Amino acid sequence: MKKYSVVSLLRNALSYNRNWTEAWRSPAPQREYDVVIVGGGGHGLATAYYLAKEHGIRNVAVLEKGWIGGGNTGRNTTIVRSNYLWTEASLLYEKSLKLWEGLSQDLNYNVMFSQRGVYNLGHNLQDMRDIERRVAANRLNGIDAEVVTAEQIKNAVPLINTSSNVRYPILGASLQRRGGVARHDAVAWGFARAADALGVDIIQQCEVTGINRDRGRVTGVETTRGTINAKKVGVVVAGNASVLGDMAGLRLPIESHPLQALVSEPMKPVLDAVIMSNAVHGYISQSDKGELVIGAGIDAYIGYGQRGSFQTIEHTMEAIIALFPMFSRVRMLRQWGGIVDICPDACPIISKTSVDGLYFNCGWGTGGFKATPGSGWTFAHTIAQNQPHELNAPFDLRRFETGALIDEHGAAAVAH
Amino acid sequence: MLLISCPYCGARAETEFSYGGEAGIERPKDPHALSDAEWADYLFMRKNPRGLHTELWIHAQGCRRWFKVERDTVSYKITSSRELSLGASEKE
Repeated sequence: MKKYSVVSLLRNALSYNRNWTEAWRSPAPQREYDVVIVGGGGHGLATAYYLAKEHGIRNVAVLEKGWIGGGNTGRNTTIVRSNYLWTEASLLYEKSLKLWEGLSQDLNYNVMFSQRGVYNLGHNLQDMRDIERRVAANRLNGIDAEVVTAEQIKNAVPLINTSSNVRYPILGASLQRRGGVARHDAVAWGFARAADALGVDIIQQCEVTGINRDRGRVTGVETTRGTINAKKVGVVVAGNASVLGDMAGLRLPIESHPLQALVSEPMKPVLDAVIMSNAVHGYISQSDKGELVIGAGIDAYIGYGQRGSFQTIEHTMEAIIALFPMFSRVRMLRQWGGIVDICPDACPIISKTSVDGLYFNCGWGTGGFKATPGSGWTFAHTIAQNQPHELNAPFDLRRFETGALIDEHGAAAVAH
Repeated sequence: MLLISCPYCGARAETEFSYGGEAGIERPKDPHALSDAEWADYLFMRKNPRGLHTELWIHAQGCRRWFKVERDTVSYKITSSRELSLGASEKE
């Protein structure tokens, strides 16, 4: 891998940028790997990277049915935070946030991680009580969090409507200053380039159609580019987890729903923080390019179609306009949907399965992007050691049998 | 937006309905006789198919009755919509 630096920028500028090499190879699949990762999104690429970097397992392939980062990695609203209520969840997301903080240097790739602060608004007395409770819980876990008043919010974000003469007045918020946004494509590309440099094969346009097993042990995968044998298989396919589960005879506690988002035309900088609201249910930030990036809740029905219903977007826009009346005249540029796999407790599954050598990382629901590095880091540990790290041990598939759920529905600072 | 045909009221906009998830899940007759895994299967595990799905909807802002819809989860096309058969098992 050629290191990116000021020197390489200058050198390539002098040769009219004709000599940049490809950021990663596109090898043909080998017949066998130590580990095959199914799914070339941020989580899968991060898993491969940390397998190679932390555990020395470099004979790894990442199989992607489309192009890397073309699924939910490229469809989310790029928000990064770790202010979850329950200890298990907040420690997992905080591990991820710590990795974010050094990620650009670690990968030698600018993921444009911008810690601009995340506000979670409260609109009534119960909201504010929940916020105080969550902020206190976060602090006990060593995570930065504070309660701010409506006046402080108004000072920081002048465009927001803090009038008391509205249906859902803003009474205050929790603020995580270390939270922010990152450029989602760059995360996929950065992990891909760094993993490739450590010897990982990234194989795009290669759809997994079957998971081969022999006497309770995984032996490889069937793909549209032939059979690939593997000692271990890690599945991290976001919305399609149940489809892959079916291939291995696993029943999963997951339902896949469409989640829509949209961006506006680019504008001058008007919003330099991330604003999220439960009660009116929307979240918004402004990208470095100037687009308002807007998202909200899932469509109610199961859907694999990467699109949802119009009234869901309408609700989202109502929420955004309630918070920022002046955005009513902003034109929207693009709208899209992704498939999110929702777990009953709104927490992910990073786990071994009943099949030896087969591991699942799924169920991130509406909030997987923020966890990209931490998800890969813990999943790599789980695959390499054949046992979970203490950070992801509570996120075992068996919690649905034992009852040790981590109920982040509604608790996790945003409604799902 | 989906156009859903209520078996009692006819075709209406999706906003009149609420979604009820996978159809045909029966509460076990004797929960105490089940293992933890079997109980978890009833409570949490879902088919979640990529393709045809039989699901429940309620006409919340109409007749307020539950019914069964068969819908493709990729194209979202609804292929059938019918009443629940009262008394009989709805297990698929």
